[in-house]
Amino acid sequence: MSGTFVGMPAFPEAAREAVGNETLRGNLRHATHTIRAKRAKAVTEVSDWAELREAGKRIKDHTLRHLDRYLEQLEESVTAAGGIVHWAADAAEANEIVTRLVKMTGESEVVKVKSMATQEIGLNEALQAAGIHAYETDLAELIVQLGKDRPSHILVPAIHRNRGEIRDIFVREMSEWGRPAPEGLTDTPAELAEAARLHLREKFLRAKVGISGANFMVAETGTLVVVESEGNGRMCLTLPETLISVVGIEKIVPTWQDLEVFLQTLPRSSTAERMNPYTSTWTGTTDGDGPSTFHLVLLDNGRTDTLADEVGRQALRCIRCSACLNVCPVYERAGGHAYGSVYPGPIGAILSPQLRGTGSEIDASLPYASSLCGACYEVCPVAIDIPEVLVHLRERVVEGGEVTREGNKVVLRPAKGHAAERAAMRAARWAFTHPGALRTGQRAASRTRRFHPRTLPGPGKAWSGTRELPPVPAEPFRDWWQRTRGGKDGAK
Amino acid sequence: MNSRERILGRVRRALADKPADEAPIARDYLREHGRRTVAETVELLAENLADYRAIVHRTDSAGLPGLIAGLLEKRGSASVLVPPGLDEGWLAATGVTRVADRAGSTPHELDRVDSVVTACAVAIAETGTIVLDGSPDQGRRRITLVPDHHVCVVRVPGQVVSSVPQGLERLDPARPLTWISGPSATSDIELDRVEGVHGPRTLEVILVAED
Ligand code: SF4
Repeated sequence: MSGTFVGMPAFPEAAREAVGNETLRGNLRHATHTIRAKRAKAVTEVSDWAELREAGKRIKDHTLRHLDRYLEQLEESVTAAGGIVHWAADAAEANEIVTRLVKMTGESEVVKVKSMATQEIGLNEALQAAGIHAYETDLAELIVQLGKDRPSHILVPAIHRNRGEIRDIFVREMSEWGRPAPEGLTDTPAELAEAARLHLREKFLRAKVGISGANFMVAETGTLVVVESEGNGRMCLTLPETLISVVGIEKIVPTWQDLEVFLQTLPRSSTAERMNPYTSTWTGTTDGDGPSTFHLVLLDNGRTDTLADEVGRQALRCIRCSACLNVCPVYERAGGHAYGSVYPGPIGAILSPQLRGTGSEIDASLPYASSLCGACYEVCPVAIDIPEVLVHLRERVVEGGEVTREGNKVVLRPAKGHAAERAAMRAARWAFTHPGALRTGQRAASRTRRFHPRTLPGPGKAWSGTRELPPVPAEPFRDWWQRTRGGKDGAK
Repeated sequence: MNSRERILGRVRRALADKPADEAPIARDYLREHGRRTVAETVELLAENLADYRAIVHRTDSAGLPGLIAGLLEKRGSASVLVPPGLDEGWLAATGVTRVADRAGSTPHELDRVDSVVTACAVAIAETGTIVLDGSPDQGRRRITLVPDHHVCVVRVPGQVVSSVPQGLERLDPARPLTWISGPSATSDIELDRVEGVHGPRTLEVILVAED
């Protein structure tokens, strides 16, 4: 995975910086609290949430268990429908394939719909190096791209920016890239959205190549699914002549019917809506409607290594809804950038160290970027036991053990005395000196007991090392905890 | 070894510890939520469409041409995109310039058309969703994307289902599908929902009672 933000400090340092930034913290608190309450409401509307969640978990587990078979079936059905399938073992290979495909069209610009996979592999940078400009068309991605910034949330990558900052970025940067921001642009969300509409429309209308990811791929039919809100996805999927979709191999579901589970759980978990404004599905190419050439690039890039880990493989069930970010007390304070990866928050803390290994300081410290309070597990629509995986990865960092890297089994040495361990211990201190969050950590406490007294310095000493952290206003979080723990969709 | 073989080989080795799992997935979730009469299901569709800011109208087949003509006039539309298989009677009462849905039209040409009128494949009441499947009365995907005003006609109750599972049963995965729940929107600015980004900013849904 080439997505490590270069020179990224380990989680505790990055988090400390973020926590000191008042604007960032305010923006994040406002946004996550809004969406949290809305999600809870959207979920209570469906009385069978627990059953949907269980079915989603089982479908994904079953798919992963037979991933080889379903990959072959998908390849066959996509090919039969007129698509062309490519396989990429790592980021470099995926970038090389996409660059080659774009060059074959003779175009030097592409429009992109938000995709975690292409961020993970650093596709925009790879294309840029080959003289191809990639325009991000999702509003939040546009804000990030124009602001020369990094995404900080899976679903709302510009969640760390408030409307005033967004206005300033538009006024300053839009003219560099195309149509300038309208005269007298204010910071009302409607005007900002209008400015983005005008700015991007000329790019959509002339685009010859679109690049996307996908939320789901159906093995039996060869259908790809993109779930979105703004219509930029539809633009990228239907107006260009060539469509290239880069999708992680774990995004498969076996059957068309399986979508009935995820099309109910994903919108409610992510944007807290009954249904998102637009969902597009396509199967290969259709004569006279949409792109005449369709390429699917299947991406491994550490996923098969993750699959080899008995405890960690459940992270591959993730449907990237971002509900776990929105409830996480650590994410709320530290922000997405502190995780040093395109996958922030609780899911990032278990996914990045598995996709990339725990060789770097930031990756070794990520499993500690949590208080193990369990809120992420409670909201996860595919029931990923994030605390369980975190504890497992901590053990791996501290004690070493067998892991799979690029398909080969290797034995990691215990990190004792190494930079990774020091980073990990600093992160542990940071997380465990979070008084409010710790109080709610009973669920995982018994499992992790061995990691508390033995390896952690005394609380007083640790606290003194992180004084600039504000005390946690525990109230909203505890409210939430009590409410959802009482629900029948409760903890084990 | 090529990457295809390499990835499939890694998958197989990664799963060596796990017994095969051929048990069918338990689907003990609901096929629909709550019990409703047919009329109540149509009512729920109207409510949920409106909740996500679609403008909902109701009429019967005799009233349909007049209603469509009125909507185009009120909007001030000078031109309307027409899918090849649209019921000709639907536009009988309007004199607005018709633009055919042709393979050769460029996106820039479509951008100059004010409105589009289509039928739909199915509508889902619980989520307030209409689904287009590219049939001749709905046209290519892009004609309901580029113009800023989309008028969509749903035959009720025949085209209405209660739930997402029922909707998927009726749809053909081989066709390119567009599921629409309200006009385009974004929550990207401070997680506030704002209607109207790249797709049509005005979505009008006509529920027309079948004869
Ligand atoms: S881990 Fe679960 S809650 Fe978090 S983004 Fe993935 S699916 Fe959503």
